[in-house]
Amino acid sequence: MAEGSECAETAEEAYESAPCGQLSTSMDGTIVRINRTLLDWLGRPRDDVVGRLRFPDLLTIGGKLYHETHFAPLLHMQGEVSGVALELRTAGGTRMPVLISSTVGYDDAGEPLLIRTTIFDAHIRRSYEEELLRERRAAELARRQAEEDRARLQDALAVLQQSLLPAALPDVPGVTTAAYYHTASPDELGGDFYDVFAIDGDRWGFFLGDVCGKGPSAAAVTSVARYTLRAAAMHEPTAALGTLNAVLHERFDGGDLRYCTAVSGTLRSDPETGRVTVSFASGGHPPPLLVRANGTSEFLLSEDGTLIGILPSSRFPQTHVGLAPGDMLLLYTDGLTEARVEGGQDFYGPEALRSLAAQYAGTSPEALVQALSDVLAALGSGLTDDTALLALGVRPLGR
Amino acid sequence: MDILHRNNVAVTGRPGGRTVVLAHGFGCDQNMWRLTVPALAPDYQVVLFDYVGSGRSELSAFDESRYSTLGGYTEDVLEVCAALDVTDAVFVGHSVSAMIGVLAAQQAPERIGALVMVTPSPCYVDDGDYRGGFSAEDIDELLSSLESNYLGWSAAMAPVIMGTPDRPELGAELTNSFCATDPAMARTFARTTFLSDSRAELASIRVPTLIIETAQDVIAPREVGAYVRDTVPGSALVTLDATGHCPHLSAPDATNRAIVDFLANL
Repeated sequence: MAEGSECAETAEEAYESAPCGQLSTSMDGTIVRINRTLLDWLGRPRDDVVGRLRFPDLLTIGGKLYHETHFAPLLHMQGEVSGVALELRTAGGTRMPVLISSTVGYDDAGEPLLIRTTIFDAHIRRSYEEELLRERRAAELARRQAEEDRARLQDALAVLQQSLLPAALPDVPGVTTAAYYHTASPDELGGDFYDVFAIDGDRWGFFLGDVCGKGPSAAAVTSVARYTLRAAAMHEPTAALGTLNAVLHERFDGGDLRYCTAVSGTLRSDPETGRVTVSFASGGHPPPLLVRANGTSEFLLSEDGTLIGILPSSRFPQTHVGLAPGDMLLLYTDGLTEARVEGGQDFYGPEALRSLAAQYAGTSPEALVQALSDVLAALGSGLTDDTALLALGVRPLGR
Repeated sequence: MDILHRNNVAVTGRPGGRTVVLAHGFGCDQNMWRLTVPALAPDYQVVLFDYVGSGRSELSAFDESRYSTLGGYTEDVLEVCAALDVTDAVFVGHSVSAMIGVLAAQQAPERIGALVMVTPSPCYVDDGDYRGGFSAEDIDELLSSLESNYLGWSAAMAPVIMGTPDRPELGAELTNSFCATDPAMARTFARTTFLSDSRAELASIRVPTLIIETAQDVIAPREVGAYVRDTVPGSALVTLDATGHCPHLSAPDATNRAIVDFLANL
C-alpha cells in the first residue's frame, strides 16, 4: 500500500473490524483470541471471553450438540470445515444465525496448534432458507392434495365406465357369447359400447357401437346411446337405430357435433333345428364378420346406413342372416382394424382379421375373442383407439 | 441383501486374533476410528461398519420405523456379527453405540464377551434425581436445529451421497464427506439417540465393562459417567485428561492406551 494513503490501516485494525467474526482457540476449544466484530455480535466484553469460554459455549444447545457430534470430529479428521450453519447465543439471550468455517493451524513440527474460525452473519440467508422450507412444505402439501384428488377422480371415472358396459353377458338359449373391451388410456372413459339382453320370449337383442371421439364428452354420448338403444330394441333394428339417430341429432344439433356408428340387431333361436336367425341394421359401422363352421368367413356387406346423429332423419336398412350350429358372428369397432402394426403406417386391417377368424372356425366365441385380444396385446402401443369386440356363436346341437 | 455391503463392513487387523467391533455413534461413521485401528490391528481382528443411514451404508435399506428405536441399530450389529460369525467379541461403542452394545450383549451373549463404552450416556435428558445434562427443551432445540440445517449444511451433501453424478459441481462439497449423511436419516438417528433411555438395561450387564469419559464433555458429563460406573456391575471408569465428546479423535493416544490395557487384562 502506498505510503501516506488515506486508505492505509494496520493488520490489527483489519482483524478487529473485519465484516465477519474472527476467533482463535487452543485445540481443546478454549478461546485465545477474538475480534471486536464478534464481541459486538455476542454483546460480551473481551475479558469475559478470552481464556474463560470454549468455542461451543458461544453456541445454542442444539449448536453445541451439533458441534460435538459433527463439527469437532470433522475438524480433527480433515483439518478444516467450511460453511456450517449454526446459531450463536448472545449475552442478551437472542440467537444469531451464522455460517462457520474453521481450519486447524499447525506448528513447525506438524502438530495441531490452534483452531482459526471465521463466522459470517447469516440473518438474510436464514430468512431465504426459511422461505424455501415454507415453499417446499407448501409444494409437498399441494402435491399430496393433487394425488388424492386424482385418485378420487379415477375412482369416479371407473364407476362411470362400468355404467357404460354390462357387468356380465346373459345366458342366451342356444347361443354362446364373448366380449372384449379396451380403453385407449386408463384415465379416459371409453367411447365404445356393446350389450346383449333379453327382449321378449325367444327374442334377444344385441348391439355394438363407437362414439366419435374419446374422453368424457364421448362417454356422455356413449351413455345416451347405450340406454336409448336398449329401450328402443323392442322394435326392429331399423327402428331402433332411427330412434337413436333422432335422439342424438336433437340433443347435439346446433352445438358440438356428436355422432356414433353402431350395429344393432336381434337373435331368434329355433329350438328344433338349433339354427339362429339374426336381423341387424348398421349405421356407418364396419361390417360384421360371419365365420361359418365349415371354415369360410365373410364380411356381411349390407346396404349401409349413414352415421347416426348427423342428419335429422336417416334410413338404416335391415339385413337378415341365418346361422347354423357352429357358426359365429363377430362385431368389432375400428380400434381393431385401424390399429397400427409394429408401430408403422400399416393398419391391422380387415383382411388380417378375416384370415385369423377363419382359423378359429368351428371353435367358440371365447376362443376367437381370446385370439384377437392376444393380437391386440401384441400390438402394444399400436393400439391407439378404444376397442370393443362382441362374438355370438350358435351352440352345436345337443350341447 | 448382503449385510456386509449394506453396513459397509471392513475387517482388518490380525487374522485369528480376538475380534474387536468398533461402532460409531450419532454424527459420523466408521472413519471416527481411524486413529484407534492402528493401536488394535497388531493383536486383534478389527471389525468396522456403518449403521444403515450413516456413512457409506446402503441408504436404500433404511427403514424409518426400524431405526426409530435402538433395537433397529442393535439388529444391525447382530446381523453384522452373524454374517462374520463373530463370537466372544469386544464391542467398543461410542456414545449411543455403547447402549446399543448393551442391548446386543443381552440378546446374543455368545457374540459379545466384553464392552468398552466411549463417552456413553444411557439417558440424555434430566429425570428426577438423574442428571443427563439436558432438559427436554434442549433436545427439542437440537432436533429443530437439525431441521433448519437441512439447507445450510446437509442439502448440498445429500445429492452427492444419494448418487447424482450428473451434478459435478457438488463434488467440492465432498470435503465434508466423512460425516455425510442423508439429512432425513440423520434426523431419525438423532431423535432415536437423544430420546433414548437405557438406564434400566445397565444393571443386567454380565460382561467385563470399561467406561471411558473425558474431563469436559457437553454430551456426556461426568455425573453420567459416574452413574454408568455405579450401575454396571464390576465396571471400571477411566477419566481422560481431554475435552469433548470424541476422545478417540481429540486424545487418541490416551484413549488407545485405556482400551489396550483393558483388552490385555481380559
